[in-house]
Amino acid sequence: MGSDRKLRVLIAKPGLDGHDRGARVIARAFRDAGFEVIYTGCHQTPEQIVSTALQEDVDLIGLSILSGAHMYSFPRIMELLKENNAEDITVIGGGIFPTEDIPKLKEIGIKEIFEPGTLLEDIIEWVKTNVKPRGAQTS
Amino acid sequence: MDIVQKILDGDIRAVARLMRDIDDEIPSAKEVLKELYPHTGKAYVIGFTGSPGVGKSTLVDRLVDKLRAEGKTVGILAIDPTSPFTGGAILGDRIRMQRHFLDPGVFIRSLATRGHFGGLTRSTHDMIDVLDAMGKDVIIVETVGVGQDEIEIAHTAHTTVLVTVPGMGDEVQAIKAGIMEIGDIFVVNKSDREGSRKTVRELRNLVELGLRRHKTEGPPWEPPIIQTVASKNKGIDELYEAIIKHQKYLFDNKATKLEQVLYDRAKLHFIGILRDQLFNTVIERARERGEDLDLLVSKIVHRDVDPYSLANELVERELVNSKSKEK
Repeated sequence: MGSDRKLRVLIAKPGLDGHDRGARVIARAFRDAGFEVIYTGCHQTPEQIVSTALQEDVDLIGLSILSGAHMYSFPRIMELLKENNAEDITVIGGGIFPTEDIPKLKEIGIKEIFEPGTLLEDIIEWVKTNVKPRGAQTS
Repeated sequence: MDIVQKILDGDIRAVARLMRDIDDEIPSAKEVLKELYPHTGKAYVIGFTGSPGVGKSTLVDRLVDKLRAEGKTVGILAIDPTSPFTGGAILGDRIRMQRHFLDPGVFIRSLATRGHFGGLTRSTHDMIDVLDAMGKDVIIVETVGVGQDEIEIAHTAHTTVLVTVPGMGDEVQAIKAGIMEIGDIFVVNKSDREGSRKTVRELRNLVELGLRRHKTEGPPWEPPIIQTVASKNKGIDELYEAIIKHQKYLFDNKATKLEQVLYDRAKLHFIGILRDQLFNTVIERARERGEDLDLLVSKIVHRDVDPYSLANELVERELVNSKSKEK
């Protein structure tokens, strides 16, 4: 039967803050939306996040961050994805961001930033509209 | 370069995508698997099974340290359950394995059960073949947290490690058939907790009973019982030694033991493929005639037909009769 692609998503927390409530809530919401969610917990380096995304063949990386270190970790993750020819993986961010940083993050290729107060159903809707599972591998 | 060569060369993206295609039952993945099959059969497969929360992922994480120190490359398949209501899943086994994310000698893949019972996924045997073909020396399969009857792993791994913790239910649980019979090695993890010695004693009694019951050919294997505290890295050397000893036992008794393991795995794999293919063919042909699965099921619900007659009718019509039509 098959050809029923399941969306695979990585939810990761880069950096040093240990507040993973938001990441867990979004992981559950994505599960309930029918996605397969790889959850790796806190304190992930950009290298670990990208390595996981490649091995797990995800369509989407959701980065949760509250520490304020996003201007370091987000560009590094985008850089590593590029190095690995994996720019086809969509990256989004959630957490607390100074308003002036948001355009800068979008400029480096972060597709969307979700700030506190965003409804879970809005995030899921965004994902369903903007992220399509990839096609089969052909040589 | 074609996909097969990329897999043999260990190309991460090609391997990851092929696994995805296998899990999603994309037809082209089967063509790749056909070509990979001659390159498989080299890896040693270790299974970890046991109830949720006993520490399977942490034990696997520690064992990987040992294997890497011995220069072995490792593939890990970590299985978590799919929600039966939404089809989604949270795959969290990687949380315990973070230290190995950047090691190019370790490939970790999280898998969701997607409605398959038995402790593995429908795709597990194919996934093992892919990791094997990409050159991993040892493949570790961590089953979904299981209850009492999910024993497919025993027909899949060379060595099956059954993990338990002190104080898991009363002694009666240990007498029940099923999962307690499949361990080649028993691990009592979190053994710094109270009741550890009692659990070991109960397991030992069980193992001795089991030995008397299973009269098979060749010398018997007495499953060792290892006490570990995985979070503190205690008992991991002993576990590793036990696995090596079991591996030696299998290879020393090739005709009676190793061949049996390989036979069991091939049989389970083949029956799964055949069953899926027959099911898919019958359902697909019924659908072509305008009767999809939902429609068939609703006939049963409304008592228009019983499930036995309907299944029989479909198989007769779609498989047996279609053959005579083609002639």
